[in-house]
Amino acid sequence: MVTYSGRVDDDGDAVFKALADPTRRFLLDRLFERDGRTLTELETELDMTRFGVMKHLKVLEEAGLVVTRRSGREKLHYLNPVPIRLIHDRWIDKFTERRVSALVDLKKELEEPP
Amino acid sequence: MTSTTQDPAAAQVATTQVYQIFVKATPEAIWDAITKPEFTARYFYGARVETTAEVGGPFRYHAADGQSLWGDERVLESDAPRRLVTTWRSLYDEEAAQEPASRVSWEIEPQGEEYCKLTVVHDQLERSPKTARSVYGPGWMFVLSGLKTVLETGQSLT
Repeated sequence: MVTYSGRVDDDGDAVFKALADPTRRFLLDRLFERDGRTLTELETELDMTRFGVMKHLKVLEEAGLVVTRRSGREKLHYLNPVPIRLIHDRWIDKFTERRVSALVDLKKELEEPP
Repeated sequence: MTSTTQDPAAAQVATTQVYQIFVKATPEAIWDAITKPEFTARYFYGARVETTAEVGGPFRYHAADGQSLWGDERVLESDAPRRLVTTWRSLYDEEAAQEPASRVSWEIEPQGEEYCKLTVVHDQLERSPKTARSVYGPGWMFVLSGLKTVLETGQSLT
């Protein structure tokens, strides 16, 4: 069982909220294709003002899904997949495990002599 | 705006990879988790690290079987308990092992009293595409979420 602290909250609220927007998912997909991009590069991929793109990137950064690093005079944006992994540990694993164990129980029950 | 299905194999694997996680632990505890074998054995695929964390000194990962080395590296920078930089070669993979060394930086930044931000930057992968692919995504994510779990709960992830 993993516990969370700080900005990585218990149920991953910030991550779910960040992922709930198509523009932000689009930005993550672009970074997945090629990581370490500047705001200017990302902006050219979207029909949106620079300010609008900045706002979306800020939400992604606050959710920990995007990490920025300075390289000389440039600020580069990197996809950080770790929060998605934590959501996976917290939500996906749990439910797939239960479904599997339910099937195992069913099998046991059916195979046991009456 | 178009949405395309992502195929990891088709995507260009990044030559600088950044992974970040918040861990409820002191910088010293996180430093120990990176540099002490009794910790790495519990989250780094069973591998035991061997290092004094001194610049120029060795930084090795002994495979879980105790027979082979997964990493036979050097410490490039060391500032306990904040920053540790080492070379990296993927010796566990025959083909990737032939590629030039890349670099791994561990950065620990306290966020108030309670927890730290831990960032792993794996870069200088330009001439090591097989290594880049072997560590990308699930590889480092498993290590970091395992390290977090060990420090916060005392349990191993697997």
